[in-house]
Amino acid sequence: MSLERPKDRDSAGVQRHSADEIADLLGDLVIGREEHINAPGYVIPPDAVQETLSLLKNEAGFDHLSCVTAEERADRYESIYHLKKFDDATQEVSVVVPTAKDNPVSQSAEPVFRTADWHEREAYDLVGIDYEGHPDLRRILLPDTWQGHPLSMDYDQERPQVVSLREGANPLQEDHRDDQDSETMYLNIGPHHPATHGVLHLKATLDGEQVADVDPDIGYLHRCEEQMCQNGTYRYQIMPYPDRWDYISAGLLNEWAYARAAEDLADIEVPEYAQVIRTMGAELCRIAAHMLAVATFALDVYGDFTAIFMYGIREREKVQNILEDLTGQRLMFNYFRLGGVVWDLPEPRDEFFDKTRDFLEELPEALEEFHDLITGNEILQARTIGTGVLPPEVAKSYGATGPVLRGSGVDYDLRRDDPYGYYENLDWDVCVEDGCDNFSRLLVRMNEVEESAKIIEQCVDILEDWPEDERNIQANVPRTLRPDDDTEIYRAVEGAKGELGIYIRADGTEKPARFKIRSPCFSNLQTLPEMSNGEYVPDMVASLGSLDIVLGEVDR
Amino acid sequence: MSSDQPFVTDDSQVLTETRDARMAGADDRFNSKLREAFGSSPFILTKFDKFMNWVRGSSMFMLQFGIACCSIEMMHTYAVKHDLDRFGSGVPRASPRQADVIIVPGTIVSKFAPRMKRVYDQMPEPKFVVGMGSCTISGGPFQEGYNVVKGAEEVIPVDIHIPGCPPRPEALIYGVVKLQERIANGESSPVVVKPYELEQFGDLERDEVVDQLAKEIDTDDLVMRYNWADSP
Ligand code: SF4
Repeated sequence: MSLERPKDRDSAGVQRHSADEIADLLGDLVIGREEHINAPGYVIPPDAVQETLSLLKNEAGFDHLSCVTAEERADRYESIYHLKKFDDATQEVSVVVPTAKDNPVSQSAEPVFRTADWHEREAYDLVGIDYEGHPDLRRILLPDTWQGHPLSMDYDQERPQVVSLREGANPLQEDHRDDQDSETMYLNIGPHHPATHGVLHLKATLDGEQVADVDPDIGYLHRCEEQMCQNGTYRYQIMPYPDRWDYISAGLLNEWAYARAAEDLADIEVPEYAQVIRTMGAELCRIAAHMLAVATFALDVYGDFTAIFMYGIREREKVQNILEDLTGQRLMFNYFRLGGVVWDLPEPRDEFFDKTRDFLEELPEALEEFHDLITGNEILQARTIGTGVLPPEVAKSYGATGPVLRGSGVDYDLRRDDPYGYYENLDWDVCVEDGCDNFSRLLVRMNEVEESAKIIEQCVDILEDWPEDERNIQANVPRTLRPDDDTEIYRAVEGAKGELGIYIRADGTEKPARFKIRSPCFSNLQTLPEMSNGEYVPDMVASLGSLDIVLGEVDR
Repeated sequence: MSSDQPFVTDDSQVLTETRDARMAGADDRFNSKLREAFGSSPFILTKFDKFMNWVRGSSMFMLQFGIACCSIEMMHTYAVKHDLDRFGSGVPRASPRQADVIIVPGTIVSKFAPRMKRVYDQMPEPKFVVGMGSCTISGGPFQEGYNVVKGAEEVIPVDIHIPGCPPRPEALIYGVVKLQERIANGESSPVVVKPYELEQFGDLERDEVVDQLAKEIDTDDLVMRYNWADSP
């Protein structure tokens, strides 16, 4: 069904640069070298950001700005740009930009990578670094009137804050004052609105029925996830939080992001048996997450709690039952541990396998129903084909990932491109559609459900045949983990919505000194204005639905 | 029915056994339990308030209001399998002006609290609040966050608290049914202290924080002031 390219895509054909070659390319721009566990780091002066990133992007092919991490160190501020290649995700580079404590001003990377816009706003908001040349440097997560930068060192959490509730203003009012023919109207959508999938606020300006300008205003669910993780110990206290980033049942996928980063940081080897269980659990979560995405997308397009929504929930209930058997919870699993999983499959194992197989057996029929109801439906096709167009180059420059990127025809999936877990040994395909519109993104999700089912089926077979005395669910992990001082790592996995990355800097204690979450939805949501400006309001709602954002992950 | 008189109904021909049974009261499909309770009289004597409470509790319109993780379980509660509608309270309304119960399903942060208060204020009286999940009780797992309001009761009064992170759909149903029961019995909501109110900026007591913001906020703007140090 999917139009994927051959699986063993030739990533050897993508040129690989050694650390020294890159240093040569950057020449005098480099004022120091660092070694991060995932990539070589190059320290550059704060006024050379654009030059360095352009060189890396145009000359060395690092076209994916995955994440921007900002942090305050004892003697300086630091912004780290984590770069990758869409053609080969294993090639990574970190660009480290230190700035002085008393004058934290750094050049903005926005002209080179559009995605830096929001990332730098967040860095400014939470850490307090100023980005020179940024088009619109204002707070993004916290209210405009907030005082202080909460992740900086001298922040006083007890300080009272005042938050205002002000009417939105039309940003285009001025432009049209003397042009009588075109009048714009300001429309406030959210933060409490059925179409915004949670507490998102869209400041839309309309010209007639068309969207002239839309500005997503986020932060209504900014619940300090990074601070919480920095306050927790590696071994047990952090793992419950990932469940709550992308809470649409994608818990295990998120837990894996943390597990992968922390395991690589502390050098923990996960037993193969545990990897198979993880892979199976994660794909079950993906099915549940995509089912809700499809269900709510139909809800957005048809506008009511119709059969499709109920069918979607019905499939989710089945998955959640299986996950509950496996993990003991319906939604917040807390099932992974560093070095493995917390317990083995439920006894009696046969019953569990049968239940999972039954679900997989019924799934094709259910999907057929969905295709009849949704993708085969003329109304939905009329609403979604050719609307919300996101060209591949635009998607890439915004750092969009996951089904959004694959719906724009870019073949990028970390499960295959930067393999982890047990995915390498299984037979499955990456789903890509090249329509670049709302319909393609929907199709990618529906096809991915099929691929996930394939993966689960193979995992169940493997687990069933696993010799009883080799069922090792956890590696030996010391009770307290204290990764070496000043080690840094950035690792990502393919979450339900795209590339979910974690940056951790250890300082030799049992808690991370900096914990940064790269959320796929955060980057994906940035593309909304690109897709909606000039389109009709209902198409904007459909585009928003097809992005499948979850605010817990956007705001963190 | 004879074919020459198609539209005239002959009573004697449609009198079926079922109808006989119903008329005689042997079939319990027509509220015969209630009938039994009321006796043979077709009249009920009750206080108007009592009757209204019973009506109110038996048909509740919920506000379709999603915040965080708990709202996913809330959706499951409305949908197939759990089907909250069985208890007469499963019609989500998108507008607060048409709703009489608000389920608060998630973490409330500083930016959202004033908006939530506004939505609550827009609901017509009498209105009820169900706090779903630990976050609405105390801030839950995020209680120590710099941006998190320590429970829904800091902003609006809450009638029913449902603990859990997230509570299972069964727990939510239990909570909602408990609320309906209380409403039907005419029990009033608890009076709580609400430290965070929406007020005009000009009315705030002047101190260092307010002075600093004076340039940014107009005196007649509505604001919510968070005194974090006083929070539980
Ligand atoms: S109580 Fe738990 S599940 Fe509910 S919103 Fe809070 S963190 Fe999420």
